[in-house]
Amino acid sequence: MKARTLARHVREGAKNLGRNGLMTFASISAVTVMLLVVGAFLTIILNINYFTNELENDVEVRVFIDLLASEEEQDELYSNIESLNTVDSVDFVPRDEGLDDLIESLGEEGEVFESLREENPLNDVFVVQANDPHQTEQVAQQIESFDHVEMLDYGQDIVEQLFSFTNLTRIIGIALIVGLMFTAMFLIANTIKLTIIARKTEIQIMKLVGATNGFIRWPFFIEGLLLGVFGSLIPIVALVYGYEQIYQYITVSVDLSFIEMLPPYPLILQVSLIIISIGAFVGVWGSLMSVRKFLKV
Amino acid sequence: MIEMRDIWKTYPNGVMAINGMNLSVDKGEFVYVVGPSGAGKSTFIKLIYREEKPTKGKVYVDKKDLSSMKEKHVPYLRRSIGVVFQDFKLLPSLSVFENVSFALEVIEEDTAKIRQRVMRTLETVQLKNKARFKPHELSGGEQQRVAIARAIVNNPSVLIADEPTGNLDPETSWEIMNILEEVNAHGTTIVMATHNREIVNTMRKRVIAIDGGRIARDEIRGDYGYES
Repeated sequence: MKARTLARHVREGAKNLGRNGLMTFASISAVTVMLLVVGAFLTIILNINYFTNELENDVEVRVFIDLLASEEEQDELYSNIESLNTVDSVDFVPRDEGLDDLIESLGEEGEVFESLREENPLNDVFVVQANDPHQTEQVAQQIESFDHVEMLDYGQDIVEQLFSFTNLTRIIGIALIVGLMFTAMFLIANTIKLTIIARKTEIQIMKLVGATNGFIRWPFFIEGLLLGVFGSLIPIVALVYGYEQIYQYITVSVDLSFIEMLPPYPLILQVSLIIISIGAFVGVWGSLMSVRKFLKV
Repeated sequence: MIEMRDIWKTYPNGVMAINGMNLSVDKGEFVYVVGPSGAGKSTFIKLIYREEKPTKGKVYVDKKDLSSMKEKHVPYLRRSIGVVFQDFKLLPSLSVFENVSFALEVIEEDTAKIRQRVMRTLETVQLKNKARFKPHELSGGEQQRVAIARAIVNNPSVLIADEPTGNLDPETSWEIMNILEEVNAHGTTIVMATHNREIVNTMRKRVIAIDGGRIARDEIRGDYGYES
């Protein structure tokens, strides 16, 4: 294609936006609303994912070693646990360290336990992390069958509840995003279809004087692209300002500081890129779907 | 220039528009196509610029076989055929100049060439001084002249006119006929479907009468013939 022809297509595409001002406004508004919702949900879901991932990573199995186990037997247990392919890491916490932690966590009242230094009642503990937090229960069952294990603790009930909650939010989030994207596409395809109907004569004349289908399609392609990109501007601005505000608010707030949010960068850039890509894709797709029918003149 | 061999056309809804038609139009001829409404005139015209394909038979324009032509070659065929309609089909937002240059722009002609050819064509249809006007500022006759300019600006070998005077008063109709005569005099083959008895009877050109999807009459210097 000649550069002059491409320039003409861009000019025509842009001019068409102005010529059909009201339809253009309607299309851009539809894209804007959809992308606002998609962007908001995307940000929320990414954050929930991050937050639950952080929670999941805190899930660990505490293996209480038999008080009577010798050092060799402890080593054997250690290598048995480490050799499981579902296990990521094994940390040894000696009973003295365990007591230190306990005393420290209880503060003033902990000093009562100082007397236990000589006769430490605690077990030595292996803290085991599974490769995938979802495998924690499986890992625990495997370790339970080893010798010299007195007891296991991995917060069974809490773990199961947490996992079913995070899975549910993921599924709902993905379903919402997919649903909204299709709604947006449908809306845009329809709005651009109306724009094209308004220009039926123009297309008919172009075909009559011998314009190729590709030539006719180009300005609509550009128009759809511009509609999508313009429609993504407000959502991106809202994301940049909104996310920073919310991030500031939550990290500073005492009540909510337990919520771990993704840092604004690079998240904002990534989501902006996704928003503008969805906008462009939806615009181009909508316009090409609509123009196809009219090329069979 | 135009040749039809045993053409049949049945529309998907079952309407049999053309029922066995043979015809040959030479280069440079001026042909009137007459006949009552619904006789198949429009289908006949559409077959020539391949708006429609025959159900059976062969159509040749400029020795090219339209019936077996691939869809992607149709645009290039259209560049050698100009078409004019009863309702002008001008783009209201474009000026007279732009409406005509549109036909050259969409086939990616050079800018300098476009200007020169559009102005020359507007001179032919005597609208050079109204190049900047919008269609709604022109009379019906002037609008049809713009449409003719758009159809001939690319120097087509065939000009098809489907009732070009259908919306015009008698005096303006004659203006249009004078311009078509001049285009024909420069070697362009013209096929014109019309209901205008006065024009056909006065001009005494070749007349093809279509009735019931067949050629009812084909006379070298014919007349309109129907008492309607």
